[in-house]
Amino acid sequence: MNAQTHEAQRLDDVAEITWMQLVGASGLSEGDLRELVHYGALVPRDPAAPTWTFETRWLVVARTASRLRHDFDLDSHGVSVVLSFVERIDTLEAELCRLRAQLG
Amino acid sequence: MKYKDYYAILGVARDASAEDIKTAYRRLARKFHPDVSKEKNAEEKFKEMAEAYEALKDTEKRAAYDQLGRHDAGQEFRPGPDWGQQFGPGNASFDDIDLSDLFAGLSARRSRQADAGRRSERPVAGSDYEAAVRLTFEQAYTGTEVDLELSVLEWDPDGGVRRVPHRVKARIPRGVTNGEKLRVPGRGGRGARGGPDGDLYLDIEVTPHPLYRVAERDLYLDLPLAPWEAVLGTSVQLPTPGGPVTLKVPAGTRAGQQLRLSGRGIARGNGTAGNLYAIVRIEVPTTIDDAERESYRQLAENATFNPRAALEREASR
Repeated sequence: MNAQTHEAQRLDDVAEITWMQLVGASGLSEGDLRELVHYGALVPRDPAAPTWTFETRWLVVARTASRLRHDFDLDSHGVSVVLSFVERIDTLEAELCRLRAQLG
Repeated sequence: MKYKDYYAILGVARDASAEDIKTAYRRLARKFHPDVSKEKNAEEKFKEMAEAYEALKDTEKRAAYDQLGRHDAGQEFRPGPDWGQQFGPGNASFDDIDLSDLFAGLSARRSRQADAGRRSERPVAGSDYEAAVRLTFEQAYTGTEVDLELSVLEWDPDGGVRRVPHRVKARIPRGVTNGEKLRVPGRGGRGARGGPDGDLYLDIEVTPHPLYRVAERDLYLDLPLAPWEAVLGTSVQLPTPGGPVTLKVPAGTRAGQQLRLSGRGIARGNGTAGNLYAIVRIEVPTTIDDAERESYRQLAENATFNPRAALEREASR
């Protein structure tokens, strides 16, 4: 029997997940995630909304945060600082990739 | 199963203190953690040291590891029956699993025993799985289907652990790029006691294309032009992933100039598409016949263009 084909979903700035879905999929506790939002490491679509929703790309960030917390034994503030460095590295690598593409 | 020397992996003595083990792990994690390191094989090395640390940081697991005895790294071995009685399910077969599975099983059994002690009925979410998916440029551009055969850990009701195949067919949307992560909801491990199933995460790797260089959703390719084509302008047939197009090269095009083909880059499902940039390279012939040489000589005599005018002005100051 042929196995069913499942849709692989893009984690981007188009699709949206709820706060509870982010909690469930991130591997972090609700308290830890709330602290990361407080430190600006995760940004809800509307921070003033009574229930937060997020672009699905934040799931990648939240899962990275979960890994960093576990592997380096960091608190939420430490995780948020490392995440800011990771984001800078990602931005610089994207620029480097573009320059290399232009140079050939 | 193959023996791994966890102490050697962390670079500590077998009688190292818990503090020494933690320090050694932190020093190595700082260097090799895949989220922060660009060392060669960082991910592979980090997995190895994280596995070693998971076993050695925990008193019971460390005792279980020590009880396996000392062997050479990579040497085949089997835990003795006493080990199974003390740390594993009594009837453990240890077939088709490796050392990390053995300790994962130990953690799972301990967690189940704790739950049973608390008479806990709490739902347990299934594990998330992660798999690398390698695509050609064309597959990534158009989208494709992949048939994945993963090998995942499964726990018997009696606490034994074994590896089982886990097959997932997934549809990859068009326009994915190298390094992107996708999620297949509910295709990870099974949840228990009503807990949700885990998800499957796909790490996309796109093999480089011989012609197109990718930067996010934009594509770059070299457009070689003859000197007279750059001066006079021309029309060229250009390949694009969506099919060939005619590109008008304006007169006076310079080397390095980027000619943009709007919307001819990588397209996404939501209708947005990047651009394709043709980067002008002006090629000169390496061999010319007498007639051509004569033409160039005449051009040199008649031309007023001086590409070094600014340099000469500077030099004559």
